[in-house]
Amino acid sequence: MWNEFRKEHAWQIKEFFFTIRLLRRNPSAVAGFIIIAIMILMALTASLLSPYNPIQISLRERLSPPSMGHPFGTDELGRDILSRVMYGARISLRIGVLVILIAGGLGAIIGAISGYLGKRIDNLIMRVMDVILSFPPLVLALALAAALGPSLNNAILAVAFVMIPKFARMVRGEALSVKEKQFITAARASGAKSLWIILHHILPNCFSSVIILATLILGETILIAASLSFIGLGAQPPTPEWGAMISVGRKFLMDQWWYATFPGLFILMTVIGFNIFGDALRDILDPRIRR
Amino acid sequence: MADPLLSIKNLSVQFFTYQGVVRALEEVDLTIQKGEVLGLVGETGCGKSVMARSVLRLIPDPPGKITQGEILFKGEDILKVNRKRLREIRGNEISMIFQEPMSSLNPVFTVGDQMEEVITLHQEVDRGRAKEICIEMLQQVKMPDPERVLSKYPHELSGGMRQRVMIAMELSCRPDLLIADEPTTALDVTVQGQVLTILDDLVRRIGVSVLFISHDLGVIAQLCDRVSVMYAGQMVETALVGELFADPRHPYTHGLLQAIPSIDEERDPLMVIPGIVPRLIEPPEGCRFYPRCTKRFNPCDKIVPKLVQVNPGHHVACHLYPRESEKS
Repeated sequence: MWNEFRKEHAWQIKEFFFTIRLLRRNPSAVAGFIIIAIMILMALTASLLSPYNPIQISLRERLSPPSMGHPFGTDELGRDILSRVMYGARISLRIGVLVILIAGGLGAIIGAISGYLGKRIDNLIMRVMDVILSFPPLVLALALAAALGPSLNNAILAVAFVMIPKFARMVRGEALSVKEKQFITAARASGAKSLWIILHHILPNCFSSVIILATLILGETILIAASLSFIGLGAQPPTPEWGAMISVGRKFLMDQWWYATFPGLFILMTVIGFNIFGDALRDILDPRIRR
Repeated sequence: MADPLLSIKNLSVQFFTYQGVVRALEEVDLTIQKGEVLGLVGETGCGKSVMARSVLRLIPDPPGKITQGEILFKGEDILKVNRKRLREIRGNEISMIFQEPMSSLNPVFTVGDQMEEVITLHQEVDRGRAKEICIEMLQQVKMPDPERVLSKYPHELSGGMRQRVMIAMELSCRPDLLIADEPTTALDVTVQGQVLTILDDLVRRIGVSVLFISHDLGVIAQLCDRVSVMYAGQMVETALVGELFADPRHPYTHGLLQAIPSIDEERDPLMVIPGIVPRLIEPPEGCRFYPRCTKRFNPCDKIVPKLVQVNPGHHVACHLYPRESEKS
């Protein structure tokens, strides 16, 4: 079974390993990958490795500085910041992945429809996207999250909405070039419907660029979501969300620097990790500079 | 003769561009009988592909527009049918093979996926049966090891193999008419011969009518029953293959035949038709060939010649052959 698979897809397997080799040779890709891997690992093993329960209050130890017992110190209710940061990775990654799935999925479909059908529909869709893009993403997400009501799910929806035009525009551009290819005409000549062509011929051919854009945008997504939580429109206490932790910790920044600093550092690391990995991925997967 | 399978009458296609209106086809007539292989020859840009595409209404609009005429397929005007019926016709009753086998297949799906897609689109069959049909069709185009080919991606196949896949795919729904738009132009000569033999063999066996477009007269001679010659968007001559090669009437056809290099005869230098193909934005009035014609005379630059029957089944559009009524 495995041997047959290997034989049949020899070319893909070769390309895959070639990509991996290129990635390994690229220092920023390696750095990005390591950071992302650490974050994912941390999120997955939070319940096993975290030294304390993230919402366990212990008022006797409130605001204690980093020590052997609490490497990152504790917050104003005596909760262990290291544990909260580890659990926070789960939430941030969940936000990131969900937003990318929603925004990437909807954005790609909207963009493909727009690019393939063209003419008036294209104009209409793209002007709507322009309107969304004309707002600063954070401000629009803020307004939406406020309108929907403060909760983590609403924050995810709000951020996803803001990200849709980025995907839609890029996929539209790709669709414009893909639709001129002969196989689209051939598909039309064999009697395929427009919707079928969009789903079966346009979208799969845009997939690689969507993935690259997704890694590039993931960092920004996490940042916006953290900002919403910081303002109080995202994750609600006692959920250990990085942005929300900074928001509370900011009041103590002068005397208890560790409270806001550690979650902040993790946001920084995650965003940088995804960004440099996405950048490297884009360079490597671009066939023109690949070899 | 019985009702023709496809009959194009008075078809004009124009492209509205920034430089002006390109009159790509002007009042063209064409008929294909059932089971007949009709060749369509002409220089690059003379409207062959536009003709092929308008039969399936694949002219991009804008900028293209079919401004007049009718395309009767089995008595039904394709230009007037609704979208649903059009989709039924496309692929199922009329199918089309394109020039570049490199880009006619979607690079991200396997050959099998794409062949099955076309079959399930038009026939009520399950996947298992669709796969059987695919294998059967691939065997018919002499593809070695068809089952393996089904699981391959297009880039893993050579140009000739890809074009054979296209032939198998387009014939899998047993269409009544196959439009082949220069199917072998992008292939090298040996592969071209191979693909043509397969196509010829298959077409005769299942009795499909073919509109075969090419600028290669040698290929046309090998494959077709009847030939139509186009020049700058107009039909200039139609005849049975043998008759056209033996007795070309239109000066343009004559020039085309003269311009075929030959290794049998001592002919040096090669004959060429002087001048270039006119721009179709401001085509010459009257006969579009007259600026390059060696036999032009008085009415050529003013009046568009109409197709005239010079022999049974042999039509020419040239003032050298006046209508019976106009003879004085």
